[in-house]
Amino acid sequence: MSTVLQLIQAEGAERDRALEAVLAGQPVEALWAVCQELDAFQKESDNLYERVRALFFLHAVFRYHLTGEQGLPAEGRIPYDGVRLLHKRRFEEALELFMAAARREGLSDPLGSAIAEASHRLAIQHLANQVRKSVRSVRGNQWMFRLGHVADQTLRIRRELLTPGENGLYPILREQTPVRMDLTHSGWSDIFFLGMDYPEGARVINVSIDLAVHGRGQTPAPPVQAYLRVIDEPVLRLVSVDLGVKADVTALADVYDFAKDYLGLLKAAVIASGLVPPGMEGSGQDLGDVLEGLAGPGRGLELVSHVNGIPKGSRLAVSTNLLASLIAVCMRATGQTEAVAGGLTEAERRIVASRAILGEWLGGSGGGWQDSGGVWPGIKLIEGCEAGPDDPEYGISRGCLLPKHRILDETDVPPDSRRKLAESLILVHGGMAQNVGPILEMVTEKYLLRSGAEWQARQEALTYLDAVLAALKAGDIRELGAITTRNFTGPLQAIIPWATNHYTETLIRMTRERFGEAFWGFWMLGGMSGGGMGFMVDPAVRSEAQAFLLETMRTVKRQLQHALPFAMDPVVYDFGINEHGTRAVCLREEAALMPVAYYGQALPEWVRADPRTHPPARRAELERLAEASREDPGFGALAPQLFAQLLPSQRGGDGEKAASLRTLLEEIGFDAQQQEDVRRQLVAGKLGLARNRLPETTVIEDVPEGAVVHAESLGAAEEALGLEALRRGEVGVITLAAGTGSRWTQGAGVVKGLHPFCRLDGKHRSFLEVHLAKSRKIGRRVDMPPAHVFTTSYLTHGPIAAALAEADAYGYEGPVRLSRGQAVGIRMIPMARDLAFAWEEMPQQLLDAQAQKMKESLQGALLQWAKGAGEGRDYTDNVPMQCLHPVGHWFEVPGLLRNGVLADLLDERPQLQWLMLHNIDTTGADLDPRLLGHHIQSGKTLTYEVISRRIQDMGGGLANIHGRVQLLEGLAMPREDLDTALRYYNSMTTWIHVDGLLKAFGLTRGDLRDAPKVAAAIRTLAARLPTYITLKDVKKRWGHGQEDVFPVSQYEKLWGDMTTLPELDCGFLHVSRARGQQLKDPGQLDGWVRDGSAAYVEGLCCFEEERG
Amino acid sequence: MMHIERAVITAAGPGQRGIPLQTLVDRDGVTRSALAVLLREIQDAGIRKTAVVIRPGDEEAYTEAAGVLAEGLTFLPQVEARGYGHALSLAKTFTQGESFLHLVGDHLCVSDEAAGCARQLVDVARSEACAVSAVQATRETTLSLYGAVGGLKVPGSERLYRVECVREKPTPTVAERELVVPGLRAAHYLCFFGMHVLTPGVMEALEARLAAAEGSGVNLSSALDDLSRREKYLALEIKGHRHNLGVPYGLFHAQLALALRGVDRDQVLADMVTLLAQRGGGVA
Repeated sequence: MSTVLQLIQAEGAERDRALEAVLAGQPVEALWAVCQELDAFQKESDNLYERVRALFFLHAVFRYHLTGEQGLPAEGRIPYDGVRLLHKRRFEEALELFMAAARREGLSDPLGSAIAEASHRLAIQHLANQVRKSVRSVRGNQWMFRLGHVADQTLRIRRELLTPGENGLYPILREQTPVRMDLTHSGWSDIFFLGMDYPEGARVINVSIDLAVHGRGQTPAPPVQAYLRVIDEPVLRLVSVDLGVKADVTALADVYDFAKDYLGLLKAAVIASGLVPPGMEGSGQDLGDVLEGLAGPGRGLELVSHVNGIPKGSRLAVSTNLLASLIAVCMRATGQTEAVAGGLTEAERRIVASRAILGEWLGGSGGGWQDSGGVWPGIKLIEGCEAGPDDPEYGISRGCLLPKHRILDETDVPPDSRRKLAESLILVHGGMAQNVGPILEMVTEKYLLRSGAEWQARQEALTYLDAVLAALKAGDIRELGAITTRNFTGPLQAIIPWATNHYTETLIRMTRERFGEAFWGFWMLGGMSGGGMGFMVDPAVRSEAQAFLLETMRTVKRQLQHALPFAMDPVVYDFGINEHGTRAVCLREEAALMPVAYYGQALPEWVRADPRTHPPARRAELERLAEASREDPGFGALAPQLFAQLLPSQRGGDGEKAASLRTLLEEIGFDAQQQEDVRRQLVAGKLGLARNRLPETTVIEDVPEGAVVHAESLGAAEEALGLEALRRGEVGVITLAAGTGSRWTQGAGVVKGLHPFCRLDGKHRSFLEVHLAKSRKIGRRVDMPPAHVFTTSYLTHGPIAAALAEADAYGYEGPVRLSRGQAVGIRMIPMARDLAFAWEEMPQQLLDAQAQKMKESLQGALLQWAKGAGEGRDYTDNVPMQCLHPVGHWFEVPGLLRNGVLADLLDERPQLQWLMLHNIDTTGADLDPRLLGHHIQSGKTLTYEVISRRIQDMGGGLANIHGRVQLLEGLAMPREDLDTALRYYNSMTTWIHVDGLLKAFGLTRGDLRDAPKVAAAIRTLAARLPTYITLKDVKKRWGHGQEDVFPVSQYEKLWGDMTTLPELDCGFLHVSRARGQQLKDPGQLDGWVRDGSAAYVEGLCCFEEERG
Repeated sequence: MMHIERAVITAAGPGQRGIPLQTLVDRDGVTRSALAVLLREIQDAGIRKTAVVIRPGDEEAYTEAAGVLAEGLTFLPQVEARGYGHALSLAKTFTQGESFLHLVGDHLCVSDEAAGCARQLVDVARSEACAVSAVQATRETTLSLYGAVGGLKVPGSERLYRVECVREKPTPTVAERELVVPGLRAAHYLCFFGMHVLTPGVMEALEARLAAAEGSGVNLSSALDDLSRREKYLALEIKGHRHNLGVPYGLFHAQLALALRGVDRDQVLADMVTLLAQRGGGVA
C-alpha cells in the first residue's frame, strides 16, 4: 500500500500528516501512479470517509501538484461526454470517463482540470448525501419518511388548543426563541462533516442571546417568535410578519413547493415537525383531509413567524433558530413534547435541533450543528461526540450527526462574568450579507488535506476554546477580547484568509486608533466577518464606543458601498444572555392575540372584506382587537398604520422611480431608437437566445497547428523590441472596467474594479490598484510610465473617478484617464421563450434533488412573473442603476474614440502606437515586452491572447470556421460539445495597433476630433457585428436585507467578434494560465492563492508603498 | 410463587360503560355478553374473585349481563370522573395488598393457543413473581389508541421483555425516541393488550400520582412508568389477538375472530362466502 493510502487509513498522528509533505518532490509519473491508486481506492472502499478523503486527495494532486505548465502538457482535450455527465451530477461516471481518457490518451493540463473538478464534486456530493442520510436516521425523524397516507397520521392538535375561549378566540401557542452567538467555533468545527469525522476537534462555545436594536428604547428580548393557532377555515395559513407575506395553502403539493413564495421556512417547519410529513410528498392526498385529521372537520391551522429587527447575514443563525422555533411550536401543538408551555426537555431540544437540520435540508440550505443553539439556555459548550454501537452513525462515521450540549453553570461562568461580558461586548451588524457556503467548502477541503499551516492553525484554534473557558470562569473579559482577536488574526485567517475583508480591517483599525488600550478585542461571529461582529471594550467607554462604531460603520460603508456588497445600513445591538432557551406560552382569552405587526399586515384585508364573510373567530378577534387598541398603546398604533396601508402615499412610489430613471438616461445619453430597434426584434423573435447561435450547419473545428504562437517560444529579440517601444512611450493599457461583475457579487451591482479582493503585499488591494501597480513596475523598468486608461460606464464611472481621486491614482506616475462609455441599454423583462430556452436548451447544472426542486419551482414563478409583467417591456421595478445595462465590451473600444480620450492621449503622447486591452479581472495581464515585441513584429492589427482550456473555461474559444481562424463567442456556438473540441479559450487580452484599429473603423488620427464622423464610423462597424441577447441575474433588495434575483434580458456586442471581420489581420498568442485567467467568482480566490497565481501577480506589481 | 386470586375490570370510562353489556356468540357457540366473556377468561386463569369498576347505577345492568357468573362479583362505583388510573385505584381495598389480574372492559382477546390470554399472562406473572403486562406488537399508525412500553427482551426468552418505560398514547416522535424495542419489525411498538398482572406497587404509584394531580385525572400508564423504575416489571407478547370493542366495527371484528376460532367456524365461513357471492363478484 502506498504512503498516501496509508495516510487515509491511518489513525492518530499518521492520519494528520499533510498530503503535500508526502507528495513533495515526486515526479509526474509517480504522482500519476498515486492518482490511479487513489481512484481505485475510492471506488473500492466501503467507508464513506475514506472515499471522500481519497477524492479530495485526487483533486489536490491535480489542482496543486500535477496541473500546471511545468507538470503536464498544456494542450489536450476534455471529452465532452464527461462534461455532460458533470452537468447531470453524475460525478462518479464523469470521473471514471476522465480517468479512462487520461490512461488512454495521456495526461494533459485540460484533462487534469476535469479530473480535479469531478473528484471534488463527487466528494462534496458524498458528504451532503451522508448528512441527509444521518438526518433521516435520527430517531424521532424516521417515521415521518414512512408516513405516506393521511389515514396513518396519528398526530392530533392538543385538545386545549381546539376549544375557543369564552370570547370566541382560539388559544394561541407562542414560542419565543433566542438567537445564538459563538465565542469560538474552533475553526468552523461545527460543519457537519467535521463533527462527524473529527468529533474530538469539534468544539464550540455558544451563547443564547436576546437582542434589541440600540437606540430604539427597547429592552433585549428573544428576537425569534413563532405562533400557532387553530382557525375555522380548512386551510394551512402561513404568515411571515417580517416579510409581509401570507398564503392560504389548500393543496398538499404547495406545502412542498418552497420557492413559490417567501414562506419556504414555514413550510419546512410544517413538514419537519411531522404535521404534513415528508413521506406524504407526491402522495396525491388532500390537504383538507390532513388538516381535518389534525384539527377536526372544517378547521385549519395558522402558523406565524416573527423576527424582531435582525436582517440576513447577522451571523446569529436567525433562520435556523426561527426554523427551530416554528418546529417547536408545531411539535408542542401536536403533543410531541411533554409540556405545551414552558421550556423543553433535553431530549426534546435534541429532536427540535435535528428537525431544524432536516428542515434546512428540505429548504435547500444548511448551517452548522451549533446553529440551533438558541433552543438551549445560556452559555453552552457544544462538542462533537463519537458514535457508539447504539447510534445510527456507528460504523459509518467516527462522530454523530448531533453534538452534545453542556450548559455551563455558575461554576463554569459565574454570574459576575456574565454581567461583565454584557457590559463590555458591543454586537453590531456591519451591513454586509455574504454567502458563507464557499467558505465552508474550503474549510472541509483543507481539513481533509491536513495542509501543514492550516492543520496547525486548527490545532491552535482548539487551544483558544480552553482559553476562552478559562477567561469566562475568571471573569477576565479583557483577556477574552485578546483571545478572540488572536483567534481571528491567527488561526481563522490562516485557514481561510477570506474570513476578513477590507471593511472589517478598517473598522478594527479605526476602533483601535480611537480607543487604544480600552479596545479589548474583536470577535468574528459565525462563518465570516462583515455582517454580525463583536467588539469588546472597557465598560467605561462602552456607550461612547457604541456611538462611535455606529457612526464609523456608516461612514466606512458609504466609502466602500461601491466596492463591497452591502445589503443594509449597519446597526448596533443591545443584547442580554438568555438563560431559558426556547419557551412557549399559551395565550388564552384576552391575551389570545397575534403580535401587533401581524395585524398591521392583516387588518387592511379584513377591513376591505365583507363583514358577513368573516368566520366567528375572526369577528371575535376584531372585537378583542378593538378593545386592545384602547388599552394597549402598541395595538393603539395600528390605526394610523391601517390608514397608511389603505391609502398608500403617492410620493416615493413607482412614479418617482420612473422619473429618476428618465433623468439618469438623459444624463448618460441614452439612444432610445437603438433600444426600440432591439425590443422590436426581440419581441418579433428576430433576436433571442436561440438566434444568438450560428446555424447548425456551420463547420466549426479546432484550429490547426501554427494558428497560434506560443508565448514560451518568444525570446530576447521580441523582448528588446518591446522594451524599446515601452521606453519610447509608444504603449498604453486599456483596462475594461465598465461592468459590475454580475458573477462576482451575484448581481449585487458593486463596481468590481474597486473590490479589495485579496491581500497582496500585506494589504487588501482592489483590481484597479493591482493593474496600476503592474504599469508602475514596467514603467520603472523602462523609465517611462505607460498611459493607463480605465473604460467606465454609467454604473462605474462616478465611483471609479472618486476612488482614483481619493487614492491619488495610487501614486501612479504616468497618465491615468477614464474613458466614460456612452452606450447604455434598458434591461427588459425577458421573453418567456428565452427563459425556457435558457432553462431547457442550454447546458444547466443539475443540482441535488432538493435544490433542483427548489430551482424548478422558482423557474415556474419567474416564468409567471415575466408573462405577468409583460415580456419585452422595460424592466423598471428596481433602483434605476439596476434597470440599465452596459451593452457589451465591444462598445468600450469605440467609446475611446467617441469621447475624445484617445484623441487626448494622442495629443499628449503622439508617439502612442500600441495598446494592450484587458478585462478588469485578468489580474496576470501586464505589458510583457516579449509579447509586445511579438505583436509589433507580426504587423497584425490585433493580437488576441488565448489560454489552454480547462474545464472551468466554458463558452467559446478559438475556432476554425469555414477555414478562417477566429474567436467564437459562447453565445454563438450552435452546439455545446464544441466547447471542449476547441483547445484554446479567449482571455480577452488584446494587443492593438492604434492606426490599424482606426483604419478598421475607416478613420485616421486626424478624424478623431470630428465627432459626427467618428459616430457614423462606429455605427457602420457596429452594424456588421452580431447583437447577442443575454439573460442577467439582477438583485432586487427589499425589507431588512432581503434580496430577490430576477433574470432580465439585455443585449450586447462583443469584442472577440472583431476577429470575424475579413479585412482585419488578427493574430493569436498562446499564454500561460497565470497570465490569462480571469477571476469571475470569489470562490476561485482560494485556489488562486494556493496554486501560486497570486504570487505570480504580486511579482508583476510594484505597489505605491515601495516608492522611494 | 406469586398469589393471584383476584381480578379487576374497569368499565366506567366515558363511552365505555355500555360496551361490556353488548352480546356476542362465544367460541362455544353460546350467546353471552362481553362482560361474561371476560369473566370466563378470568375464570379460566384460575381466578374466582372479580371486581368491576362501574359508573354509579350500572350495577343492575352489569349483574344481568354477567348472568351465572355474577356470583362473587364486586361492584366498585367510580363517583368522580378522574380517569382510568383513578378507577383502578378504587380496587385497592378489594385487592387486599396482593397482586391481581386487571382487564379493561372494552377489549376482548382471542388466544391462539389452548390456554386463554389471561391464563398465559397469569402463568408468567406467577413464575416471574412480578408485574407483567400483556402486549402486542402494533404498527405506529395506531399508536394514538394505546399505552406502549419500551424495553429489552429478557435473555433466553422469546416473548418476555423487561419494561424500561411506559408512555400513554405516544406520538410516533416519542415512540421512536423512547420505545424502540430491538427485535421488533420496523415501525412496530409493544402496545398494551388491555390486560395486566399488577403488584400492590401500582396502587402506591397511583396514589402518589392522584395526590399530585390535585383532583384532575390520572392515567394508568404514568403509574406503570413509575413502577418500571421501582420494581421488576415485564411485558409478555401474548399469543393471541386483542379486539377493541369501542372503535367502529370493533364488536364485529371481535365477533368474527371468536367465530372463526370456535365451533361455528365452518358455518360462519360458508355464510361469508354466500354473502360475497351475492355481491356478484362485481363492484356495486
